[in-house]
Amino acid sequence: MTQQATVVLGVIGADVHAVGNQILAHALEEAAIKVVNIGVMASQKEFIEAALETGADAIWVSSLYGHGEMDCRGLRDKAVEAGIGDVMMYIGGNLVIGKQEWSKVEDLFLKMGFNRAYPPGTMPEEAISDLKEDLALRGV
Amino acid sequence: MSRALLIDIGSTYTKARLFDLNNLTLLASGRAFTTIETDVSTGLSKALAQLPDWETADYKLACSSAAGGLKIIAIGLVPALTAEAARRAALGAGSKVLATYSYQLTGEDINNIIKEQPDIILLAGGTDGGNQEVILHNARLIAASNLKQPILVAGNRNAQAKVANMLTEAGKEIYLTENVMPRLEELNIKPAREQIREIFLEKIIKAKGLDRVNQLIDGVIMPTPAAVLEAAALLADGTEDEPGLGELLVVDIGGATTDLHSIATGNPTDGAVNWQGLEEPYQKRTVEGDLGMRYSAPSLVQVVGEKKLKRYYQEYFSEPLDDFALEEYLAKLHNQPAYLAQTAEEINIDSLLGRLAARLATQRHVGQLKTTYTPMGAVKSQTGKDLTKLKTVIGTGGVIVNHEQPDFILAGTSYQDLERPELLAPLAAEYYLDQKYLLAATGLLAGVAPDKALALLKKYLLKL
Repeated sequence: MTQQATVVLGVIGADVHAVGNQILAHALEEAAIKVVNIGVMASQKEFIEAALETGADAIWVSSLYGHGEMDCRGLRDKAVEAGIGDVMMYIGGNLVIGKQEWSKVEDLFLKMGFNRAYPPGTMPEEAISDLKEDLALRGV
Repeated sequence: MSRALLIDIGSTYTKARLFDLNNLTLLASGRAFTTIETDVSTGLSKALAQLPDWETADYKLACSSAAGGLKIIAIGLVPALTAEAARRAALGAGSKVLATYSYQLTGEDINNIIKEQPDIILLAGGTDGGNQEVILHNARLIAASNLKQPILVAGNRNAQAKVANMLTEAGKEIYLTENVMPRLEELNIKPAREQIREIFLEKIIKAKGLDRVNQLIDGVIMPTPAAVLEAAALLADGTEDEPGLGELLVVDIGGATTDLHSIATGNPTDGAVNWQGLEEPYQKRTVEGDLGMRYSAPSLVQVVGEKKLKRYYQEYFSEPLDDFALEEYLAKLHNQPAYLAQTAEEINIDSLLGRLAARLATQRHVGQLKTTYTPMGAVKSQTGKDLTKLKTVIGTGGVIVNHEQPDFILAGTSYQDLERPELLAPLAAEYYLDQKYLLAATGLLAGVAPDKALALLKKYLLKL
């Protein structure tokens, strides 16, 4: 590998679910990806600033308490404003409250500027393999 | 008899003190006006002439804050991250931070930096392996400018070589050191601090004409604030043989600025708290340029607000403060830095300004606790240092030392005084007074005779 890929990882909003965050961090490290873990209760600003300083290739947002839509609105715009508009953004977790059709939820988050969105129960390996593909397309 | 001659070359006065290190006594003090504009050794000679047999002292060391002290411009990427880390490194080295810049510099920024006439430019930006674009852009602009000052590069490790090449080819004097923030929110300011100290010794002393003292003494070895920080750290941590006082806070209220030095980890005292943001330095120094007792008195009043100030005056002294008297006194303070309060009213205003300077500086120095109500219940998060359990607060500087009730001023640092329950200021500290101005002097001695320096501090600190 010429250059190690860097991912900023965190749980957005007033969400304190720490277990999934740790599992993702381990899975990414296992896959030889550099993890900048900003932990739980991370704000949009923290995601953006972390990605800016660390020159991250991707931002991985987790949201498990159903308020993901509210917490993530404007995240892409902030990245554009900060000069890192082309950073890749993935999101996963229990993104909305109640049982809603996944395709609609996915659509909602893709429109918000995420490159990929994952439903509950996705294994980390799936997203990591997607990430490697996406990075390869960009020549990272 | 082992003796030490310790000198502080201030912007106004050159103060010399001679100590007997065997009996731990202050033998004599001398003072004269600082003569940095002509020849700094003229003033020093006058101060030394007041001391008996100073020539034979074993150590003859000085610190200086003359000629503007050590002036640094700090440059980083994100304001709360590498720019803040660079600023903290500069403050920790005892410098005066003229300005802090973030993101990509502009041509106008470069012009402003040239106008500010810094002694050193500290260039940071990006974590190791992180963003290179911004620091390279900033280095390119600096390379193309006619800035002649030494440039200390402490940014992204992966960009160091390119930055160094660019600046060296442009004929700049550069120094390289470790990144001030190698990983996100991880502070690493010690290498930069030490490098700043070295540049100070090698270059700045000569540039400011401070090397002229070398014909009389061993030399100027650090900026005065660095000496105070050294002494504070020694007093807190102790030496191999002698325990220190533990975590502490030093409050130095001057005419133009208020400096706070905390020697404390600032770890959360409540186990359930999660700590956010940039790591805090164990030895932390903050400088408030708008809070002071003379030159900065008008800006201090502006920060507090005149109405509020009058309310406090009424509350503390049980009488109203006259509008005209306040205005007149503030003008006097701003224009005559050496003025001493004469009337009872002036003395009261001084006391109040001191307390408010301590209070506001503490508000800005300590961390805060935020409670967020989540679907999982209330969650507490802390940014900055938790100093609630800190037991020792030490007052230094002319205003506090010459005050009739120094504890009245130092009470400004207490949690109860801040009127903001989220701030993590000391709840129940004991107050001490640096009655003989020993902090800077013992900070100089700390490097050569730490046990003696600590013993002197312990002996002369007055418990209030």
